[in-house]
Amino acid sequence: MAAVPDSADPSKSSGLLGWIDARFPLSKLWREQVAEYYAPKNFNFWYYFGVLATVILVMQLITGIFLAMNYKPSSAEAFASVEYIMRDVDWGWLIRYMHSTGASAFFIVIYLHMFRALLYGSHRNPRELLWIFGCVIYVLLMAEAFMGYVLPWGNMSFWGAQVITSLFGSLPVIGASLVEWVRGDYVIADPTLNRFFALHVAALPLALVFLVIAHLMALHEVGSNNPDGIEIKKLKDSNGHPLDGIPFHPYYSVKDTMGIAAFLVVFSAVIFFAPTFFGLFLESANFEPANPLQTPPHIAPVWYFTPFYAMLRAVPSFAGTQVWGVLVMGSAIVVLFFLPWLDRSPVKSIRYRGPLYKVALAIFSVSFIILGVCGMKPPAGIFPLLAKICTTLYFAFFLLMPWYSRIDSVKPVPQRVTGHA
Amino acid sequence: MNDQVDHSRRRLLTAATAGTGVIGVAFAAWPFLASWNPSARAKALGAPVSVDASKLEVGQSLKVAWRGQPVYVVRRSKAAIEQLGNHNGLLADPTSRDSQQPPYIEDKGAARALNPEYWVGLAVCTHLGCSPLGAFEPNNATQLAGTDLGQGWPGGFYCPCHGSKFDISGRVFKGMPAPKNLTVPSYTFSGDALITIGVDAASKPA
Repeated sequence: MAAVPDSADPSKSSGLLGWIDARFPLSKLWREQVAEYYAPKNFNFWYYFGVLATVILVMQLITGIFLAMNYKPSSAEAFASVEYIMRDVDWGWLIRYMHSTGASAFFIVIYLHMFRALLYGSHRNPRELLWIFGCVIYVLLMAEAFMGYVLPWGNMSFWGAQVITSLFGSLPVIGASLVEWVRGDYVIADPTLNRFFALHVAALPLALVFLVIAHLMALHEVGSNNPDGIEIKKLKDSNGHPLDGIPFHPYYSVKDTMGIAAFLVVFSAVIFFAPTFFGLFLESANFEPANPLQTPPHIAPVWYFTPFYAMLRAVPSFAGTQVWGVLVMGSAIVVLFFLPWLDRSPVKSIRYRGPLYKVALAIFSVSFIILGVCGMKPPAGIFPLLAKICTTLYFAFFLLMPWYSRIDSVKPVPQRVTGHA
Repeated sequence: MNDQVDHSRRRLLTAATAGTGVIGVAFAAWPFLASWNPSARAKALGAPVSVDASKLEVGQSLKVAWRGQPVYVVRRSKAAIEQLGNHNGLLADPTSRDSQQPPYIEDKGAARALNPEYWVGLAVCTHLGCSPLGAFEPNNATQLAGTDLGQGWPGGFYCPCHGSKFDISGRVFKGMPAPKNLTVPSYTFSGDALITIGVDAASKPA
């Protein structure tokens, strides 16, 4: 066993690093995952959102830890403890606004990150598992965000929790007892808040961090996709490095740093000048303590859930149960997991796809945004009809994909990535 | 020592060990899962609630908390009670056959109340548990949450969350997200209008 580093070999480290490397693969990890991880050289704007999501995750973890130091997870004290953080704790307002704005920023970058996959076929073979890990992260993130939203125990927190936990109640047979089990009481009450706190600060963040690591491991195993949707590993130079690849460090570490700086400018502007973001990031009804007797006159989830909320409302009850709306909303998430197998196009990137996919993706994106708007509006006037139409279009994008992606025309895909010398 | 490995024996023992382990994990998980059930303290907080509704004006309502849930008491006008049978065609479950109420309320027909003048029911939408708003004025006078309930509105409840509409006996209209009529809890009615929620009328002498 070579416990002592071999100083004759220039690739071996010496000194303190050598001592560590003989005991832990520090240099090996650095080389394999960073300095010699070859990423395609044609990454564009859309490739910032993965690293931004990581930055936000770290920020949420740190601000969350510091918020937990002053927050009290009991129905009697929660609302007042958040106001205490905002008013009396030094810089508490900043930490809390970073956390609340971070939640919305997280969803913005995640939605753009997912849209990037739809643009360039990043979910396709061999990246199916990478995509599935990503979908699980998205689902956990929604659970994390929902439970976090309940913690301030404002009136919207309370009634949001009421509506979402009632979703379980629509399941046949087990529904009623399942709701009681989730709430720990006959209604949303102190035990509900207390367990949501435990899940929000311990269980879900742990699961999220592990899944992000799995997501990155899967990415580094198969290699990054790129805007041309071609596999750079097919053409390698004499050293075995992809011809169209450049080392992540320093090329993308520097580029990403620039992206992070730009993101932080916008993020800081929101924190300092519009922390509630006109009622979208923090809703006005939540500045009132929870009142179990009074539903706010207009109830809507935070913006990132509204597309799915609109789907829930779009489906009427029949056969004496409202489970159908819940099933439609659940299916809207589940269908994402099957995306790699629904897409039958011979090419990955939108650059080489025909008009059918481009039109379908455009309709889908617009439908998703309209659903988001419908979910924020009261269920009256034009909105219920719009929500029904857009729900149909949302599912049509996925369920008709095996056909339109197959018959769509394609352009020839180049051997090498395009755009850069 | 016999160096022949009996593979089938080894497989059986591995499977038996793994199986025992799974059963063990299931037993160990049970206390954790069961700890999420309503605790003994939560179960104990279900005591009946009394409310004196005699001070209510006609067309007014009050809400009272029972088991942490809001309960409506609505004082209805004679006209409102008389027109209850007129819109059965618009309702999903006019006879409340599929909805929850005590047996002594089932006999009361469209009024769904021990005393037709005072309607008592959970202010919990049967869709997803929001608290419906009272919109007891008939016709188009009602503007709620940006929603015009329109001409021909008989008066009743409107849920702001998902737009379910109920009549003034808590009966849901057709085509609404809510599948069932508002639940009527057990209650007793005595004196002028002393309503005790959470106690069965049948269990007490009238």
